[in-house]
Amino acid sequence: MEPRARFQAIGRSLPRAGTRRLVAGRGRYVDDIVLPRMVHAAFLRSPYPHARLARVDLTVARAAPGVLAVYAWSDLQDTVRAWQSRSAAFPGLVSPTQTPLADGRCAWQGEPVLMALADTRAAAEDALELAEIEWEELPAAVGLEAALAPQAPAVHPGLANNVAWTKETLGGDPDEAFAKAALVVETQVHLARLTGVTLEPRGLVADWDPAGETLTVHHSHQMPHQMQAHFAEFFGVPAERVRVVVPDVGGGFGLKMHVYPDEIAAIAGAIKLARPVKFIADRLESLASDIHAREHNVRARMALDGEGHIVGFDVDQRHGAGAYSVFPRGSPVESSAALHLVGAPYRFAHFRGRLTIALQNKAMTGQYRSVGHPIAVLVTERLVELAACARGEDGLALRRRNFTPPGETPYVNGAGQRLFDVSHDACLLALERLVDVPRVRETVRSARAAGRALGFGVACYVEMTATGAEAYGKAGVPVSAADSVSLSVELSGAVRCAASVTEIGQGVTQALAQAVADGVGVPVERVLVHTGDTAQVPHGGGAWASRGAAIGAEAAWLAARRLRRNILEAAARLLGADDESLDLRDGTIVDHRGEARLELSELAHIAAFRGYELPEGFQPQLSLMHHYRRSKDLFLPANGVQASLLEVDLHTGLVRPLRHWAVCDCGRVLNPLLVEEQLRGGVVQGIGEALYEELRYGEDGHLETGTLAEYLVPMAAEMPDIEVAHVQTPYDGTSLGAKGAGEAGVAAAPAAILNAVNDALAPHGAALDAVPISPAAVLEALERGR
Amino acid sequence: MKAPAFRYARPESLDEAIALLVEHGTDARVLAGGQSLMPMLNLRLLQPSVLVDINRLPLSEIRLQDQTLDIGALARHAEVLYSGEVAHMAPLLKLALPHVAHLAVRNRGTHGGSCALADPSAEIPACALALEASFVLRGPRGERRVPAELFFRGLYETALGADELLVRVDYPRAQPGWRYGFQEVARRHGDFAIAGLAAAARVEGGVLREARLAFFGVADRPVLVRGASVEELRERTDKMEVSGTRVYPPPFRRRLVRVLLERVTSSIEK
Amino acid sequence: MKHPLTEREIRAIVNGREVRARVPVRKSLVDWLREDQGLTGSHVGCEHGVCGACSVVLDGAVVRGCLTLAVQADGARIETIEGATESGRIGRLQEAFYQRAALQCGFCTPGMLLVAAELLARNPNPSRDEIREALSGNLCRCTGYHAIVDAVEAAKSGSR
Repeated sequence: MEPRARFQAIGRSLPRAGTRRLVAGRGRYVDDIVLPRMVHAAFLRSPYPHARLARVDLTVARAAPGVLAVYAWSDLQDTVRAWQSRSAAFPGLVSPTQTPLADGRCAWQGEPVLMALADTRAAAEDALELAEIEWEELPAAVGLEAALAPQAPAVHPGLANNVAWTKETLGGDPDEAFAKAALVVETQVHLARLTGVTLEPRGLVADWDPAGETLTVHHSHQMPHQMQAHFAEFFGVPAERVRVVVPDVGGGFGLKMHVYPDEIAAIAGAIKLARPVKFIADRLESLASDIHAREHNVRARMALDGEGHIVGFDVDQRHGAGAYSVFPRGSPVESSAALHLVGAPYRFAHFRGRLTIALQNKAMTGQYRSVGHPIAVLVTERLVELAACARGEDGLALRRRNFTPPGETPYVNGAGQRLFDVSHDACLLALERLVDVPRVRETVRSARAAGRALGFGVACYVEMTATGAEAYGKAGVPVSAADSVSLSVELSGAVRCAASVTEIGQGVTQALAQAVADGVGVPVERVLVHTGDTAQVPHGGGAWASRGAAIGAEAAWLAARRLRRNILEAAARLLGADDESLDLRDGTIVDHRGEARLELSELAHIAAFRGYELPEGFQPQLSLMHHYRRSKDLFLPANGVQASLLEVDLHTGLVRPLRHWAVCDCGRVLNPLLVEEQLRGGVVQGIGEALYEELRYGEDGHLETGTLAEYLVPMAAEMPDIEVAHVQTPYDGTSLGAKGAGEAGVAAAPAAILNAVNDALAPHGAALDAVPISPAAVLEALERGR
Repeated sequence: MKAPAFRYARPESLDEAIALLVEHGTDARVLAGGQSLMPMLNLRLLQPSVLVDINRLPLSEIRLQDQTLDIGALARHAEVLYSGEVAHMAPLLKLALPHVAHLAVRNRGTHGGSCALADPSAEIPACALALEASFVLRGPRGERRVPAELFFRGLYETALGADELLVRVDYPRAQPGWRYGFQEVARRHGDFAIAGLAAAARVEGGVLREARLAFFGVADRPVLVRGASVEELRERTDKMEVSGTRVYPPPFRRRLVRVLLERVTSSIEK
Repeated sequence: MKHPLTEREIRAIVNGREVRARVPVRKSLVDWLREDQGLTGSHVGCEHGVCGACSVVLDGAVVRGCLTLAVQADGARIETIEGATESGRIGRLQEAFYQRAALQCGFCTPGMLLVAAELLARNPNPSRDEIREALSGNLCRCTGYHAIVDAVEAAKSGSR
């Protein structure tokens, strides 16, 4: 860090300036946008998991009142091309070509088949009811194990089996490690399918101007520049003529990172009609067709030596991908990440990992907040508790004995995970102070004496954040790991910032404002941050992989330091001073005694209107653009620990979280308030995964939890208060030292809950290893334990 | 997800309303609070040709009579919940209503609507059954009264004819010596119950002497179990048929029924 | 309105101003407010009454805008987040939500604020559990609720 950098705004719990609008009801989300001559899209979706379209007759539907068009795939082929998920990271991945509307056959329930465009959404839906379709049902492969069974129906015609991708990884000598182990513990963990449920559903308004040959897409999305590249390619429009504008976004959580067929169809419709088209997924469409996540069966074993040191893991993981691999990243990202993250908080040298990904006649699974981590943490922390129990020791003691060492030297574990700057001991210590563990254990004991089943559970985690360019760059996927920021001094002396990270409600604009304010030397209120418009902000990664602070804010900081140098140089030239003697504080240029010499606004005015006052030939640069890509360390490992206290009703099987604690080390904290609320929100999503959320399909491939009355998300009444503490181990590869924080809450909460439930059930001889934990499953486990 | 096209009528009098029902028969749907009907319309699970909005009819009154407490079909859940007369004369409803959905739904949903819909997991029908309420139905041939036990006939099925309107639910006034208990098992507050129990019981010296237990969420309609002792209630409850789903299979629901019975009767005897 | 029709004239007081309009009878109140009155502060989250994003105040009580028809607003007083903001009625809650970071994406926030205001009108000094229960019909996917409960507590009368 430069010697004169002072942190005034950075590190402070400042509320997000941008939320003043939102609390006043003045947010502008994509469904709030109305364009002249705009029409509304609705989709007819496959009611079957697998079916052939034997006959389609649209005559009546097309004649319905208010209808401009009803399109099938054959109508769109001249406008948009199909796509296929391919990634150099997953060689041999089986994922057939995808089309925006079904190409004669549907491979999952919810797949878009027809699109109606009409004056109103209601009229579009009415028209679709008049479409005549003869379906010819085909055998479907639905369940994960069923899809992989030898005689399973083929998910797509011509496939010899339904294996989408497999992988086997070896580290060290797992066979010998397990043969020599003093103790081997084993678990079989199941995680149900779930999805992100952003409160604002997916949506866009597409606007094609054939005269100007410009495509503008107002898109509720995390990654405008990625989508610009896809749209350019799919529609054959030069990328510079594709503008993607991201308005206020009502939550992303990873589900707004992908290419969705219905969205592509809607854009195709806008091009065909040359009229703006609005498509807003309704909640049925969201649950059926937003990217799903999980559906994993993991058999895992952990070997320990006689002293209770972990020596290795053996993991056999099965993952249901759905009918295709999500475009563009690929569905193996989640399971592949999970596989390699097993055991991440601990030292171990030996590893065997096997992964089998199944195609299924179901919606696709893909990246959802904290991609893969909750799976790995659940597996690992379950095994750790089993081992501690088998050894008759405290789980925290076993963890402490095995933590990867802190410090800068990277430690590479048996699974190939490269870890550095982790602080498990410090985090656990902070947790113990936060929780007052002896007191909580006493609470548990006395409640049990009174016949109540309380449980306390802990889960340590590593969260790989702020992914570097080598991941998607080498895979050949147009997802940028770099960020760019442009800054300009306004006449008022304010600083305007346009950044390639995307604000999706996580508050990254506030973090950037604080970084720019300190970097330049202006009050934080005088920094305005814009994001999410490919015509206005420079190219960069957007919002994914907890990168806003670690990459986006670093780019902003570096830009700010350059702008500051430019400002001081211009001021020095103007004042005839040595620029080393000047400083910029709170928007005022001061000399070495701290005396005010020039307001930044005055300098901006001189540059704009009275440039002749500056020395001959000197051109002040009060605006600039800065590009930043981290050039080492593919991931920045953040780490932490969570704990849960809960009560299990032994008679009804209901689980009630009572309190939850989270300690997180995400490097330097730019704004504690933002980090704490990211953690809390993530924890509750994780509790949802542990206790409620399940996209349950019947054996016939019908989604049984297709509304929010059946797909249960956490609501306020059942959620506990969540106490948060920070440990800060700044990353020394950047100026700010921030790592990612946005996903860590989700990573460990399911494991903390599962461990706490098992702690509560242990005296009754019962245990569970599947999430979500249904009350019926609790009672069944108790029954078995008797 | 937009409601299908329908026609809408808003009668200003009961006679007008019934005339509309007579005219349109099963093509018509009565719109009261709309808190269940509207989701079904938005999801296009129902496509009625006519909605008869009865919200302008004078059916909101909660009136204390000599023998009964009469709750107008259009009384909103919130009005019933916060009514002093209900708390006094039908305290079971006050115990049950906080479990009915959420604040905004209670502000709009109606007492009569909940009964007329007859969702097997709903709280109010079970209370009506436990309290031996009678349902006042008005049709083209005038009014008739149907006791709760005959009103609920099956899954979303009641004694209401297609040309009849539920105008009132009359509850016998709470009698001295009677106590009430209500519990339900739901994963989240306000959800439809996995299983629930509304109970009225006469207690003497801390001992239950007579009880009416109305279980809900366990069959196609609320199920009444009567008994003169906890032991008898147990025996009869154990014989009750319990339905289930994949997530909440019958043996699980059966256990919940037993747990509810024990919890509610012990809370009543306490 | 004795005869069934597919469109109706309505008159309503929307945020204190009288509005006359012709509405398709199948249109929901929230769609009408958003699309025809430009009041986009009420959001559409599920359209089946579960999420609470569409909450508006109808004759003094918060209701689901997706479970009420626009035609039913005939003769009623409607208040949306815009009206509640302009009147200053929920200013304290809004300030507390802002200060406490009780929102992230903001999509649930208008509904949360209106429900919280009704709770505080009925019960000026609710406990945390009572706040949680009152808000339990409004889905927030971002905050985990803790900060929202804090903010409502901070806005209670008498608290500073």
